Amino acid sequence: MLAVTTNPRIDPKKRAVLDPRKRQFAKAQWVEQEYAHRMNFYTTPPTGDISLEQFEEWGIARLKVLAELEACQFRNKPPAETEEYMRPVLEKHMRLSSTRSRSSETAMERKKDHYSHWSLRLAFSGTADLRQRFARLETQLFKLRLQHDDLAERRAFIDSLPMSWETVTAEEKNLWLDELKAATGFSSMRGDEESWFKVDWEMVPELVERRQVLLKRGKAYVHVREQQTMVVNEFSRRLEAGLELAARFLPRMDEDNRLAPILHHLSQSFVAPDAGYSESSSIGDMASINASSIDALSQHFPLCMLNLHRELRKDSHLKHYGRLQYTLFLKGIGLSLQECIVFWRKSFKLLTDEKFKSEYLYNIRHSYGDVGGDANKRGRGYTPYSCQKLLTEALPSGGQSHGCPYRTYSPDNLVALLQNVGINDRELLRGVREDVGKQRYHIACNRVFETTHKNEIKKVKDQSLWPASELDTILHPNTYFKRGFLLKNLGKVQSGDIGVDVPTQMSE
Amino acid sequence: MPHAVSPESSQELPALNSEAEVLPDAPPTTSLDTDAQSSDVEEPESKQTNAAPAKLDELFDDDDDDEFSSSVQTRADDSSQPAPQAAPKAQYSEPETLRQFYQRLFPFRPLFQWLNHAASPQPDFQNREFAFVLPNDAYIRYQSFASADLFRKQCLQMTPTRFEIGPQYSMNPRERKTMRSASSFRPVMKELVFDIDMTDYDPIRTCCSGASICHKCWRFIVMAVKVVDGALREDFGFQHILWVYSGRRGAHAWISDKRAREMDDAKRKSIAGYLELLRGSEHGKKGLGIRRPLHPHIDRSLKILNPHFQTDVLADQDPWQSSEQAEKLLNLLPDKTLTAALQKKWDSAPNRSSNQKWADIDTVAEAGNLSTLTTKQLVDAKQDIRLEYTYPRLDAEVSKKLNHLLKSPFVIHPGTGRVCVPIDVRRLDDFDPFEVPTVTQLLQEIDDWDAKNASMSEEERAKVLDWQKTGLKPYVEYFRGHVATLLKEEGRGKREREEAGAGGDPMEF
Ligand SMILES: [Zn+2]
Repeated sequence: MLAVTTNPRIDPKKRAVLDPRKRQFAKAQWVEQEYAHRMNFYTTPPTGDISLEQFEEWGIARLKVLAELEACQFRNKPPAETEEYMRPVLEKHMRLSSTRSRSSETAMERKKDHYSHWSLRLAFSGTADLRQRFARLETQLFKLRLQHDDLAERRAFIDSLPMSWETVTAEEKNLWLDELKAATGFSSMRGDEESWFKVDWEMVPELVERRQVLLKRGKAYVHVREQQTMVVNEFSRRLEAGLELAARFLPRMDEDNRLAPILHHLSQSFVAPDAGYSESSSIGDMASINASSIDALSQHFPLCMLNLHRELRKDSHLKHYGRLQYTLFLKGIGLSLQECIVFWRKSFKLLTDEKFKSEYLYNIRHSYGDVGGDANKRGRGYTPYSCQKLLTEALPSGGQSHGCPYRTYSPDNLVALLQNVGINDRELLRGVREDVGKQRYHIACNRVFETTHKNEIKKVKDQSLWPASELDTILHPNTYFKRGFLLKNLGKVQSGDIGVDVPTQMSE
Repeated sequence: MPHAVSPESSQELPALNSEAEVLPDAPPTTSLDTDAQSSDVEEPESKQTNAAPAKLDELFDDDDDDEFSSSVQTRADDSSQPAPQAAPKAQYSEPETLRQFYQRLFPFRPLFQWLNHAASPQPDFQNREFAFVLPNDAYIRYQSFASADLFRKQCLQMTPTRFEIGPQYSMNPRERKTMRSASSFRPVMKELVFDIDMTDYDPIRTCCSGASICHKCWRFIVMAVKVVDGALREDFGFQHILWVYSGRRGAHAWISDKRAREMDDAKRKSIAGYLELLRGSEHGKKGLGIRRPLHPHIDRSLKILNPHFQTDVLADQDPWQSSEQAEKLLNLLPDKTLTAALQKKWDSAPNRSSNQKWADIDTVAEAGNLSTLTTKQLVDAKQDIRLEYTYPRLDAEVSKKLNHLLKSPFVIHPGTGRVCVPIDVRRLDDFDPFEVPTVTQLLQEIDDWDAKNASMSEEERAKVLDWQKTGLKPYVEYFRGHVATLLKEEGRGKREREEAGAGGDPMEF
């Protein structure tokens, strides 16, 4: 980590210094590491240079991968399905090519993999809960990748690991062959390789407990098919220890106030992984959206926005934060400033023009970047809120209805609300209750989406209409809207128009 | 109320109501400790324990749980000897007897070395938890001692009816409440322990039940020790294994190898699982669900157990003699045609012994009475039955936790007065639980020896220590030998580590 080199391209103030030991070992030399293998045990922290922007960007990409992996787990996807689901996600966010591929990107991919692991390791070492979650997901990711490693490369990687195992010699094998077979449940019918290795039994406590190894004086004779499991276990064990270590150094890291906010943001993103908003969430280029089409489009809204829309129609009014949340969402789906003003003016039908102008107009224009300071104008106003923003902001108080209803409503009220908007599938409602009970709000929302768009999703998958990464977990209300809109209009929209793209970077 | 409990009233389980009343008996401690200690007082028979950090009943050795409820019936069988069960609270539980025992007989020095792994006190002993059961049945946890002498002193002062040994902690257990963070107080090391208790054999033994034992059912303990000891040595490579008679109806194992002491709960659990074959709920069901070919450990165990099955089970226990008992056997055979044919045979010849019935299985099967089972499967089923009737029944929970307390070797079993002596596994078959000395016997032996050798010079007499005058001598000598071997190995290991450590990088972390 520790990256203080003299790389002239990186402004020293923007250099990310990850290694907590930096201050202790001031003289160490920092060099770019070479990555001989696709897989990495992440034993040593990165020593090269990296900008703060890259630090964060890579961290967010990895976070996206871990979040998708966790979502698979929350949905109890079996391993094969998880694998299928994760393939495009990994391809898109954390591609790792084999050495054999001779891709020119290999070195950069591996560097990104290495650095992003370490940034998240630091970000998530703060609490026992985060550590445990991170270790679990990283281990799963490691396992997933190891399984798909090229055979020869996997062998080379495993051989390179600092693990103390010894191949059982032919002589020893002949001596114990029957016992080896009986102990390890060897089966030639299954095509088991006739090969064993030995380790201290403490390395394989689970196999010992299940009597699936041969034990001789403290050595466990393990069948080669268990080797992958052992590597994964060892990875997990080391990572847990590493996280404990990082936790102890974390207080010192905080002194580096350039890194602190990024680490904080990354760890926050674990609540619900963050997704930025992209212009392409708008459907403005596919359909004309104006003030009077919102009612019809609201059928595609996620519950957080549909709820605001219904409240607005019911009371002809919405409180400040609800207005802000909804305005930004409408901006995101492609409603122009002019139409947005018309929309609000018509919706607040109990207000006089004068009152509307004096109290509400400015805020709408501000949201669109039409007024305000230069920065606001340059950035074209505020960014539509992501699920993470809605899930981490303060809870609404009386009379307010902004936020994410999966989080802000009691389970009973939530189910009533869902039924009011026409969702009656009992199995679905049961799943939603379970999700929110476990505070997996975005999973509940995705569950509703997947069920209400079941047939369309199936069609898209069966006919390979979209890249699979376009069906990943929804983390932004505008993504929810656009994906739902496109699914319900399959065939009406030209295939080239499909650009449901959740960006991996913060747009701010 | 609960002062000076008279021996006769002990059955009422006098409970300690006021902490203050115990404290005057407590040894002088640091001022901080006074508070901590009072809350360590527990009532061992009570399930409602508040002060202990874990579920207390899980931490105790169960051997003594029904100590005072033991009006257990033994079968009216003249071959069954009276269990080593004693009259209502006898002389051996009186504080004065206990004091004499601790003063004159208890091997404090070797016990200290055994737990300390060195000659001079180190944290292995100093940070080790001891739990005392006092004559008034108060249970005091988190005792620790800076030296063997201080330990001995407190035993003389408090005259515990027994004490238990727990793990070494990350800090002195007496000071655990002085630390701001409770999380830094954690167990770090303890011998791996096993507990085999006869009560787990009640479903298969016919001679006795509950707290009683006889020579016949003691054989189950013998079988269990052979199998477990074999696996610990051959499979896990442990060498420093001490087997201890639990004083009435079972045995404990203490494994002191460094590698065993340092195991975390997960590794303890894995060894327990490796050795465990019969889990409580699975008893008496058809088949044990074990893989074929047999795992080498099971295969070896079966070879050890086969002869015991013939003699100790079929002949001595005769477990399927009556027709109700025979039903148990039939239930274990997964072939309806076979069991029907056997049932018919035994109905017409009701007096067949278990030995004959066991042989009948093959005879009847060979006569063509198999429907669902193949011959190979019948062999497997019979193996399963042999294992069910011979394989060790471990109280696995005791082994799984680093912080589980277990009764110390050489204390007196409060129900029998017998000393919990070590068992020499090399002469396991010779060990007779009924010949284990009681404390009253031992004290008498000292007096007898002194009387017999009254003519000896003062100087000569002083050379003979009290324990050497008694039947405890061979047990103490065996224990000292065991400890000496352990310390020798420990010293060697330590030197090697120091030498290896000298070249290491001190900056490495
Ligand atoms: Zn018996």
